[in-house]
Amino acid sequence: MDWQGQKVAEQTMQIMLLVFAVIAFITGYVLGSFQMMILIYAGGVTLTTLITVPNWPFFNCHPLSWLDPSEAEKHPKPQVAVSSKKKATKK
Amino acid sequence: MHSFGYRLNALLTFAVTILALMCAMGSLSDNLNTPSPSAEIQIMNINWFQKQPQGNDEVSLTMNISADLQSLFTWNTKQVFIFVAAEYETPKNSLNQVSLWDAIIPAKEHAKFWIHTSNKYRFVDQGNNLRGKKFNLTLHWHVMPKTGKMFADKLVMTGYSLPEEYR
Repeated sequence: MDWQGQKVAEQTMQIMLLVFAVIAFITGYVLGSFQMMILIYAGGVTLTTLITVPNWPFFNCHPLSWLDPSEAEKHPKPQVAVSSKKKATKK
Repeated sequence: MHSFGYRLNALLTFAVTILALMCAMGSLSDNLNTPSPSAEIQIMNINWFQKQPQGNDEVSLTMNISADLQSLFTWNTKQVFIFVAAEYETPKNSLNQVSLWDAIIPAKEHAKFWIHTSNKYRFVDQGNNLRGKKFNLTLHWHVMPKTGKMFADKLVMTGYSLPEEYR
């Protein structure tokens, strides 16, 4: 997942769980059935897990462009400077 | 939200927290319920009334208990536990409570009932104070929830008394 996708996944997870909890509680209260509330909520949790936890492609819409290995070789990492130290001790 | 395990952990923790909140709300909704139970107990017969070898009085009675406890049940009720206690005063104790019978009501359909029974538990006094004793029969109930707070209450019925002499 990319950064944008991570944010979308987290928000989707929170909103979906809250919405399912509200639907479950109201349905259970109106029907007078505790079991109904738990079943709806459990179904909601499973659905949310399937949508937000695996690494789906639609979470990768703004992919990060990593540098090619051949490009990286052309721009080597800078070395630590050694020459300035020798000059100081001579004095 | 950096990896599969991270997202799964975050989701499960949030889901369980919300579940705890829903159960708390379910328990609070029980306070909206205003119960109106009714009950009646008749003593059909005093089977026997004797003094035990240890010196304590004992009574055996047959009761007819009828009650309508349907209004106690809510969507969050698992079962209702009821028991009948005989309450009386003696010189030694200002209040004696002896449990005579109990039952578990598992569902609203079973909450309107009548039962003809002898006392399930022995009615024994601490001493020999029961001759001619006036006593109350109290029906106690405990509404046990599926989640949350348990409510308990009672209904006192007065006007019962035991015979003057042993039988």
